[in-house]
Amino acid sequence: MSTPVPPLPTDDAISQRLARVRAALAELSPSVLELEDESHRHEGHGGHRPGQLTHLRVRIVAQAFAGQNRLARHRLVNGLLADELARGLHALAIEAKAPGE
Amino acid sequence: MSIHDFIDGQVKSNDVVVFMKGTPQFPMCGFSGQVAQVFALLGVDYKGINVLDSDEIRNGIKEYTSWPTIPQVFVKGEFIGGCDIVREMYQSGELQTLLEEKGVPVMGKATA
Repeated sequence: MSTPVPPLPTDDAISQRLARVRAALAELSPSVLELEDESHRHEGHGGHRPGQLTHLRVRIVAQAFAGQNRLARHRLVNGLLADELARGLHALAIEAKAPGE
Repeated sequence: MSIHDFIDGQVKSNDVVVFMKGTPQFPMCGFSGQVAQVFALLGVDYKGINVLDSDEIRNGIKEYTSWPTIPQVFVKGEFIGGCDIVREMYQSGELQTLLEEKGVPVMGKATA
């Protein structure tokens, strides 16, 4: 007699989202791109979905940010990730710099 | 009154407005909490609007600013940004300068 197998952890969903985010931000030809899944820090809070990447921190350095203020930089990143934000990415922390900053 | 007009009225009739999850005393989200902490340290009075009270406001503010996340901070009607931007501006002293330039009383002596 076999025990029902619980659903596999959804690492897949997380790695797929990370891959999509990476692909979307490649648009900016970043020289540095670090993605950090911070979802676990928000367990029990609104927007947290176990096994899903809901809270993401993006550290990005790109020439595209040179001469742009903070709002413009964030809008650029938010815009490229609009699909993800519409599909369950709940929080997006952004550290956007131009090279040399 | 449309939701756009409501938001417009709020941000133009209060020096500092924060659209947040929860209230200034009881933020319900870490990001809203960080903004509340910054203004508490600076001793700046602000109007907190709890988007958890109303989906209409929660969605309306995102459309008003074309900004997808909460919190959202306004000074004298101008959209400043969300948690990251406010925190960075506080740490660099730009937020204090901006508030002073716009004539918003800053009571605290806190520096980053």
